[in-house]
Amino acid sequence: MTAAPTARQRRLAGSISDVFFARPHLLTALLLAPPLLWLGIVYVGSLFALLLQSFYSLDDFSGVIVHEFTLSTYQQLLEAANVQVVVRTVSMAALVTIASAIIAFPIAYYAARHARGWTKALFYLAVMMPLWSSYLVKIYAWKLILAKEGIMTWLAGQLHLGWLLDAVLGLPIVGGPSLSFSYLGTFVVFVYVWLPYMILPTQAALERVPVNFIEAAADLGADPRQTFRTVTFPLALPGIIAGSIFTFSLTLGDYIVPQIVGNSRPFIGQAVYTLQGTAGNIPLAAAFTFVPIAIMAVYLWMAQRMGAFDVL
Amino acid sequence: MSSEAGGSSSLGLRLSAIAGLLFLHLPLALIFLYAFTTEEKSFQFPPPGLTTQWFRVAWSARPDIWPPLYLSLRVAAIATVLALVLGTCAAAALSRARFFGRETISLLFVLPIALPGIITGIALRSAFDIMGIPFSVWTIILGHATFCIVVVYNNAVARFRRLSAHLVEASMDLGADAFQTLRHVILPQIGTALLAGGMLAFALSFDEVIVTTFTAGQQTTLPIWMLSELIRPRQRPVTNVVAVFVVIVTLVPILAAYWLTREGEHTGGASR
Repeated sequence: MTAAPTARQRRLAGSISDVFFARPHLLTALLLAPPLLWLGIVYVGSLFALLLQSFYSLDDFSGVIVHEFTLSTYQQLLEAANVQVVVRTVSMAALVTIASAIIAFPIAYYAARHARGWTKALFYLAVMMPLWSSYLVKIYAWKLILAKEGIMTWLAGQLHLGWLLDAVLGLPIVGGPSLSFSYLGTFVVFVYVWLPYMILPTQAALERVPVNFIEAAADLGADPRQTFRTVTFPLALPGIIAGSIFTFSLTLGDYIVPQIVGNSRPFIGQAVYTLQGTAGNIPLAAAFTFVPIAIMAVYLWMAQRMGAFDVL
Repeated sequence: MSSEAGGSSSLGLRLSAIAGLLFLHLPLALIFLYAFTTEEKSFQFPPPGLTTQWFRVAWSARPDIWPPLYLSLRVAAIATVLALVLGTCAAAALSRARFFGRETISLLFVLPIALPGIITGIALRSAFDIMGIPFSVWTIILGHATFCIVVVYNNAVARFRRLSAHLVEASMDLGADAFQTLRHVILPQIGTALLAGGMLAFALSFDEVIVTTFTAGQQTTLPIWMLSELIRPRQRPVTNVVAVFVVIVTLVPILAAYWLTREGEHTGGASR
């Protein structure tokens, strides 16, 4: 059609163009309508369905969902066992976030301030590839590493550190029969899986620290340590907070990592998954989901106040 | 000046940066090693022997791998097409116009990926439950397209912002109508960004498991197949063979997307 448009087609195309040219907002609205309708109906609509479900309840005897408004499901959420699940998950998310920030910082700092040319591209790809590569494969890799007969035990044996591994596994709470059945293992895998999400915003924030600020600090007599503490780090903090949004939120909602590497005590994600699946209790699962949503709402509000959104 | 900034890096910093990168990459190398081990019952290290038989087994003796693979490819292809259309529309609209509520709308596009996947999953699950929609390929696609939109949107919006308004005006001044301008001026400029966004969306969908477990019902996509193999292993090295395949299938589009958007930084349109 475009090869040899007839005069009539050309006139039609021209007049449509004129309409859009005269009313640019009409074009914007037409472009925006399909994606907005999709997200509005499919996503926001589903979130409302979720909210609605959380006000229903499960009949304990028949196992059928009672479609009547009640707050009893939220009351159930406050039972000791469920509160424990929430506390366990939030502590894990906090620890994972802190560890990610510590491991990510040197990588981000080197990539932002020292890498140039091809090393810079290399650093970028070295972070992007694990970020995008298969989530399940990454967890599987750690199952191989942490298994009792796996590489960690072998390595400890080679270094004559078997006693240390046994001592660590013997610790209360974090230990377990083997690394792949302990909180320690769950923690390592979480850090591994979410680390790239921390590196990228931290690096972005560090790249925005003007070099002359650092030179000025040095000129004014600050030693490198002082410069780092009083200039570089405060300016990088919004980036670290931006990264922590991801590490924290993703750990809060994950149910696959603790299922594959961890002991049998559940996290929020696993509780939601079991409740909606085998237990068929969608109302309680829905109510449970509002715990991470509420925590993240507060977290995002605080992050925004600290300027973390400018780095995203 | 840049040599000053790049010159002195302490040994400690360099070592911890390198250690961090090794931490990110070594575990994936093990996936490859274990695809060749002769031990199929445990994750014994070092492997007692090496063999290539598991590639043959995966290819011919495990028919349970193929239907999930086809389903995943189908879902990823359709979800990518949907995300391309919707994400490009959104990017075109939001990059060129300023209006009230614009920030809220762009937040809405990012939300499906900023909130944990389990929320998207359980939300869709409750919606299907309330509306009585049975699980099908389309319930999976519905979820995937929703979080793939943002990937396409992010790639396209960056390119649209660089696309100079003067080019569009010049094209119109020279007598092209809106459709000719779209075909000959805008599409060539944003093409590589769309291709990159589409590839990332495909990789994301092909690999997704968290939302999918809630929207699939009894259907098995490749990641769901892999998850069940992780929980109840049969022939462990076969799982590794599939994992190697998945790594390659997702890595190629990621690298391609990187090259496409990198070269795009130097193409015309930017008024420098």
